[in-house]
Parts: sequence; C-alpha cells; structure tokens
Amino acid sequence: MPSLGSDMEAGTLVEWLVKPGDAVRRGDIIAVVETQKGAIEIEVFQDGVVEEFLVPEGTRVPVGTPLALIDGDAGRAGDRAPAPNKTPSPAAQPKPQPVVQPQPAGAFRASPAARNLAGSLGVDLTGLKGTGPDGAIVASDVERAAGTAKAPPRTRSRGVEMQGAIAAAMERSKREIPHYYLSGAVPLEPALDWMERRNATRAAPDRLLAGVLFIKAVALALRDFPEFNGVWEQGEFRPSAAIHTGVAISLRDGGLVAPALHDADRKGLDALMAEFRDLVTRARTGKLRSSELSDSTVTITSMGEAGIDAVFPIIYPPQVAIIGFGSIVTRPWETNGGVGLTRLTTLSVAGDHRVSNGHRGARFLNAVRERLQHPEAL
Amino acid sequence: MTEEDLKRIVLKALTDVAPDIDPETVEPDTKFRDQFDFDSMDFLNLVIALHKATGVDIPEADYPRLSSLDDAVRYLQEKGAIGA
Repeated sequence: MPSLGSDMEAGTLVEWLVKPGDAVRRGDIIAVVETQKGAIEIEVFQDGVVEEFLVPEGTRVPVGTPLALIDGDAGRAGDRAPAPNKTPSPAAQPKPQPVVQPQPAGAFRASPAARNLAGSLGVDLTGLKGTGPDGAIVASDVERAAGTAKAPPRTRSRGVEMQGAIAAAMERSKREIPHYYLSGAVPLEPALDWMERRNATRAAPDRLLAGVLFIKAVALALRDFPEFNGVWEQGEFRPSAAIHTGVAISLRDGGLVAPALHDADRKGLDALMAEFRDLVTRARTGKLRSSELSDSTVTITSMGEAGIDAVFPIIYPPQVAIIGFGSIVTRPWETNGGVGLTRLTTLSVAGDHRVSNGHRGARFLNAVRERLQHPEAL
Repeated sequence: MTEEDLKRIVLKALTDVAPDIDPETVEPDTKFRDQFDFDSMDFLNLVIALHKATGVDIPEADYPRLSSLDDAVRYLQEKGAIGA
C-alpha cells in the first residue's frame, strides 16, 4: 500500500486490475486504491509476472503493507513478506515496501511519515536507530529523537498555541468536510417571557440565560436526528448514543474553546445552567478537563450580544454538524395577520454533506425551532 | 458603606469574574461591555458575586443600571449595601 501523502495511514484495496499469471511491465496500473483523497490507481514498479494477491479486494490496510507478489528480476519483489497487519496500531509501521516509491539503494529505511516528521522537527535521520520492522525508522523514533535532542524551549504563549490548534482544526475542516448551510428565524417571545418571569422569582445563582434554552432545545432535537450527532472517523460516520454538546466559549484574549456539556439532553434546565455557568467560568480561567475537550458529539455556537444576525459556523472535526444562534434582536414579525414586533434569533445549521443533507437539516432546524416555542417542556 | 468601599467591592467582584482584567485600568464611567469583552454570562457572574459581597439581590430588570463601575456603585448605595 503506497503512501500518497504524509498524513495517510491506510488505504482500501478496492479492485485488482490484473490477475495472477498476468505479465506486467513497470508503470502498468495494477490496482485501484481508495483513500481520503479519493480513488487512486497504483502502478507496478517493475516488470514481472503477477504471482499472488496478498490482500483481497475491499480490505483496508496500513501504508507499507505488501499487496501482491510479483515474480520479477529484483530480489525485493521476491521477498516473502509477512502477512499484512489487519488491525493497524498507530505506533507500529510495517516494513515499507511501497509499490510507487521504491527506496533508493543505500538509503536508510524510514517511513514517509517519519521522513516528514523529521523534516518538520529538524531531526537528522542518518544514524537514527529504527524500531520498525527490519530496523526501519518510524514516526515514534523521530519523536523520541526530537525529545532528547537539545531543541530550544518552546516560547510560544498559550494563546498562540491555542490559535495554532484552532487553525489546524479549521483548516482540516474546510479541506475535508463538505459543508452545507441552512438558517431560519426563531421567534423567542414565549421562551424569553417564560424565562424572565421565572428569573424574577429567583436569586441570581438560580437564574437562567437564553443560551441554556438553546442548548437544551438542540440536545433534545438531536435525539430524533442522529445524523447530526457523532463523528466521522476512518471513512465512516459513527453516530453517538450520548449527546455531549460542545459549547463555543470565547476567551478574552481572543481564543476560543468548545468544551462539552455531557448528556445535555438528559439534564433539567437548572442543572444544565449550573454546569454551563461552571464550564464557562473554568474555560475563562483555564481549568477545563480533558474529557470536556475530547467528548463533544456536536457543537453549538452563539453570537451573544454582538449584534450579529446569523453565524455561518465551521464544523469542528471529527464532528459532523455545528449549530449557530445569532444575537437576539427585535424585528417586525407577522402577528395576527398584521405586523408586530418580536424578539427572535436566527438559527443556523452547518452539516457534513457526507452524512446529512439539506432536507434532513431543514427538519432538524424546524425541530429545534419548535422546541423553543415550548420552553416549559425544555 | 462609603463610595470608596463600594468601588473596591465592585472591582474585586469584577476581577474575580474576569481575573485577566487589571483593576487599575477600569474606567469608572465607561460601560463594562465597551471596555472589555463582557457578555451576559460574565454579567450574571458579577451579579452573583455582588450579591455575595453586599447582600443586595439585583433583579434582572435592574441589570441595565449596573453597566459601568460608577453606575454599579450608585445602584448598590441606593439599595443599602451592607459590606462583608
């Protein structure tokens, strides 16, 4: 299985285009492989006769796994390589025998991922001890070498580090996720009225904010729309039984985090509000927990009081949807056949078009809107 | 409670809610929202902190009356704040 990019770890052998006994010449296309970059035709690197397939069609294998035996002139092609590893672990990389990229004679053996990592970390591969199969240098060897090397200490601030992480995630999102967007106005008079009357009878620590109504409405609606709640991993959608809503929280230094409120659909509004307030406080004082940063199954973002009508949010990978709420504004609205005023928010949904589509998105958006018309049921 | 006492209390509540705000830089008659990124959650936390510090329960309807340091001090004085 060839490496078709520094971040590629595995590919699926989709179709053999030759059969055992066929004579092949260097450059002939012999198979089709499916990767994140799409279907790629792979070429054989030398003349010979196809002896045996080692990987059946439809199998996903790590980069470097031998795919076929070709009885040819070069000794390498005649190697009886070990059986392909069907349960790849990220740390171990099998002996690299790339069909497209043969190793130059005399060079040390290093996986493409290791070479790339060495380049970016400034690690010299010569003389590095490899722990991969047959002494090949793998990515973890490079990481170890970088750790023991006398590298200058990282002086980047936490804010810059966070911005770097956000940048990487957003770049990946826009590169990999085919987004579609929907938006709709959600009248909020009944909800805000209900909330204000309730808050008037309570001391400050027990009051609600509109944001928690939004979170609960989304969480409940997601129960009926599982294609918006889960992750896309290794080429497929994995819906989540649990609903852990990530909430985008802006930090005063310009940063942004979206930690999870676990099981948001199952908590009463008061409990959810207390957790939400605690989460925001800890986010803004730098005390979040790792499970909060890794468990989100969907994200909700709100423009708060920024005076923004609608947000067009970017899905946070590997999630498959993000829901946005514009600032609450007062607008003209059709009321009893005439025109009145209402407070409303513009709700927007961005979906991953590999998992959902505009029709389902519309129904989901409508479900959220409907729940916000019945705040007492939230 | 003197105005100075109340000013100190409000500033302390403010920096408890937002530790990154330098109390020396707070302009007394500029709205919090205009001086630093202060949203409804920050404001709710401020209200809770002020209740704890002064015993004054601030209803939602009165929130707009505490939009700056000076406004907050004036409001708390009016409501008979009792310091901790």
